[in-house]
Amino acid sequence: MEYLIFIAIGVLFSVGTYLLLCRSLLKVIGGFMVISHAVHMLILTMAGLNTGSAPLVDLSGSDSTDPLPHAVILTAIVIGFGLTSFLIVLAYRTYKAHKTDDLEKLRGADNE
Amino acid sequence: MSLLHWIILIPFLAAFFIPLLGRMFPRIHTGWFVLFIPLALVMVTWISYSSLMADGETILSIVPWVPMLDINFSVYLDGLSFLFTLLITGIGALVVLYSIYYLDKKKERLQDFYVYLLMFIGAMLGVVLTDNVIVLYVFWELTSLASTLLIGFWFIRDKSIFGAQKSMLITVFGGFAMLGGFMLLYIMTGTFSIREMIGDVDVIMNHPMFLPAMILVLLGAFTKSVQFPFHIWLPDAMEAPTPVSAYLHSATMVKAGIYLVARMTPIFGGSSEWFWIILITGLFTLFWGAISALRQKDLKGVLAFSTISQLGLIMALLGAGSAALYAQDPDLEVMYAGAIVTAMFHLINHSTFKGSLFMVVGIVDHETGTRNLQKLGGLMAVMPVTFTVSAVGLAAMAGIPPFNGFISKEMFFANMVELMELPFFGMGDWAIIIPIVAWTASVITFIYCAFMFYKTFMGKYDRQNYWVDVHEASPGLLLSPILLGILVIVLGLFPNILTQTLIHPSVTSILTGVSVELEPYNLTLWHGFEIELFMSIGVVAVGVIAFLYHRKWTRWEIYNKERDVMNLFYDQGIDKLQDGSAAITRVQMTGRLRDYFMYMLVFIVALLAVTMWRSGQFQALPEGLATTMDTPLYMYGVMLILVGSAAVLPFIQSRITFIISIGVLGLMVSLFFTIFSAPDLALTQLLVETVLLIVLMLAFRHLPEMTKEPKSRSYTTVNVLIAASVGALVTMVSISAYALRLDLDFTAISDFFIENAVPLGGGYNIVNVTLVDFRGFDTVLEALVLGIVALAVIMLIKHRFKGGEDI
Repeated sequence: MEYLIFIAIGVLFSVGTYLLLCRSLLKVIGGFMVISHAVHMLILTMAGLNTGSAPLVDLSGSDSTDPLPHAVILTAIVIGFGLTSFLIVLAYRTYKAHKTDDLEKLRGADNE
Repeated sequence: MSLLHWIILIPFLAAFFIPLLGRMFPRIHTGWFVLFIPLALVMVTWISYSSLMADGETILSIVPWVPMLDINFSVYLDGLSFLFTLLITGIGALVVLYSIYYLDKKKERLQDFYVYLLMFIGAMLGVVLTDNVIVLYVFWELTSLASTLLIGFWFIRDKSIFGAQKSMLITVFGGFAMLGGFMLLYIMTGTFSIREMIGDVDVIMNHPMFLPAMILVLLGAFTKSVQFPFHIWLPDAMEAPTPVSAYLHSATMVKAGIYLVARMTPIFGGSSEWFWIILITGLFTLFWGAISALRQKDLKGVLAFSTISQLGLIMALLGAGSAALYAQDPDLEVMYAGAIVTAMFHLINHSTFKGSLFMVVGIVDHETGTRNLQKLGGLMAVMPVTFTVSAVGLAAMAGIPPFNGFISKEMFFANMVELMELPFFGMGDWAIIIPIVAWTASVITFIYCAFMFYKTFMGKYDRQNYWVDVHEASPGLLLSPILLGILVIVLGLFPNILTQTLIHPSVTSILTGVSVELEPYNLTLWHGFEIELFMSIGVVAVGVIAFLYHRKWTRWEIYNKERDVMNLFYDQGIDKLQDGSAAITRVQMTGRLRDYFMYMLVFIVALLAVTMWRSGQFQALPEGLATTMDTPLYMYGVMLILVGSAAVLPFIQSRITFIISIGVLGLMVSLFFTIFSAPDLALTQLLVETVLLIVLMLAFRHLPEMTKEPKSRSYTTVNVLIAASVGALVTMVSISAYALRLDLDFTAISDFFIENAVPLGGGYNIVNVTLVDFRGFDTVLEALVLGIVALAVIMLIKHRFKGGEDI
């Protein structure tokens, strides 16, 4: 089953990378979000997928899931949230200042 | 911390207080405060250690710095270090005294000057007193830095900046090479301590890295000690104020390379490569420097090239003396040790006469406003004291008795003649060329000394050449060169006064590997009708004749080419370097986010692909696939929606559809977490996704429709190619890593958290306990990050584009 998910992750990375290379600032942010999702899934999958019980002490048997990747991903989700919001606000501010979200137009003078 | 540590550190400490003192007592020349430091240091050093050194003892004191890496601030005082310490502090005191009268209190930035100078004194003392090569390297680069700052002291002049940059580039290049050499030595011996390296000399000698290490260390020494072809920075360094030229660029810093070669002689000496490289480089530099000095029309230019030439002489002597470490015969050992004696003696002599010459040239410049040999003339009557000191210094440099330069030059001739009898290192009959080169260079030295003497002081005094009223300098300005001039005479008449305390201890510390007990060498002004005496007489005779006919050969075209041809390489190199960097920058720094992403992604993909391919992981992929376990049918459905919601994103033009699609993706990821029993993740994801959607909605309300992507086929192709290769590689790396994990059967480290959640954390939700308890710090800092983000967001939204804040 892991391989199916690895392939899905690969597709997410492709889409995310493609969006990163786009000219629209919003698409770039979208690309960043897609890649974040892919990374979170990757961490969980690498640890070994398990549909057993949740990592709670009174439930934990031999088939319970590994709690450590959960803790790591949880941190990552929250930090990713912070970064994404920051990016969104930056985009907003960029648009206010330059009246465009086209990265080609945002690059400044030719010979700096 | 021993006294020696303090000797190194005091100049640095003083550098902090100099600006304060300068501001507190604006009426007193800052130099008076500074003068106290080298003066105190030279007296403390002499009083504390001179008798110990005469007894041949050494002092070692270690203060740990980075002991894990074997980097210790260890100081080691032996004869060689002692000699250099006295030179640095002694000449330093005289130079500071001289600078007080040379630099005007009102016009110059005295604080800057003395901070740099003190930094140099400290760094230079660090170089010669430490036993740890890493510490030595750090101080070494500090001397380069101080030198650069001092050369560029009058930074309004373009030439100063040029000279400063040139010296920096060349000496720092050498310093880096030297560091590489030290690293190789560390690989061979496992220590950064010079003494321990000397103990391991057999390992070094037989190591395949011997020659590379030696060449790298020598690059450091040769660039610092202006050996051909790295000498080109010194003439341009003459833009520095004259006290600096006298101190750094003739008496001390340029001798750091000499010190390094002497210090490394016990390690590398005794090999034919060491002997030949240093001897030939030294002799060639001696010759080249002399010829170039002859062509200079600027007094300081003459002295710069003459310094190059004299340093070549000392270098050649160190090379010749290293033969003593190879010769197993006691007679030969003593004979070639003589070259080291000469080297040390000439080192002292050169510092005295060249120091005084630089100072008098500075005085001439100061009083007449010119250093041009074609303008000067007839100053003998106007400046009698300056004239006398110059005459003494020039006579010593030209090798005329009874001055100290005569003795060391005679000894140099004798050493070079003795080299012809060397029974090893492939020396043959052709070796007669060695004394011939030495002798010719000395003739040229004699001629340019005569030029300096004649053109400056003799001839007709023409007032129209000077735009100021020329008169003798003030006594304060004259004091330092007079003291040095007296030393020149004293050392010439009584050369043995320093043998016991300075020269012999330094020679024995350089030649630690010889089998015989070296006796103190007896230096005499008169040592009979030997071959070297006839060589000296020849020098004077030919020199005088050549000088008398100088009007003939000074018309030659080659004579008038002042600038060294080797500069061509530097100038071209700098031009090409700048053009090259500019070209690369133009290609690289386009200002397009897409380009930057492309560079990074292509690089990462290439790096990973090459690594995977080299470790055979691509081939192992099919085997990894074989371990797949069953996939439930609904999983295909989940993945289809998840991938599908992402895959449509690039094709969407409407903002609201884009946001919804991203929302679907987030919810599917949340579902994914639910399926694999990660309720905390699923909940957090759900929450975050909701909030992000709101934020996106809010922001997009203010944003325009998304820019359309260009329709160009090549543009899309490149994007698709990069995106596809990134995705494919991520999949392959994951599969390979996952297969490896199954193969090696790692045990998870989470057992600790599972077992200890209740006893140590007191909670039943293990993820929760891990986050708030075991990794509590991490979570607190995470909250901090979110707080900073929140502040930044507020700032970015609320802050007005013009005018004040309204937060």
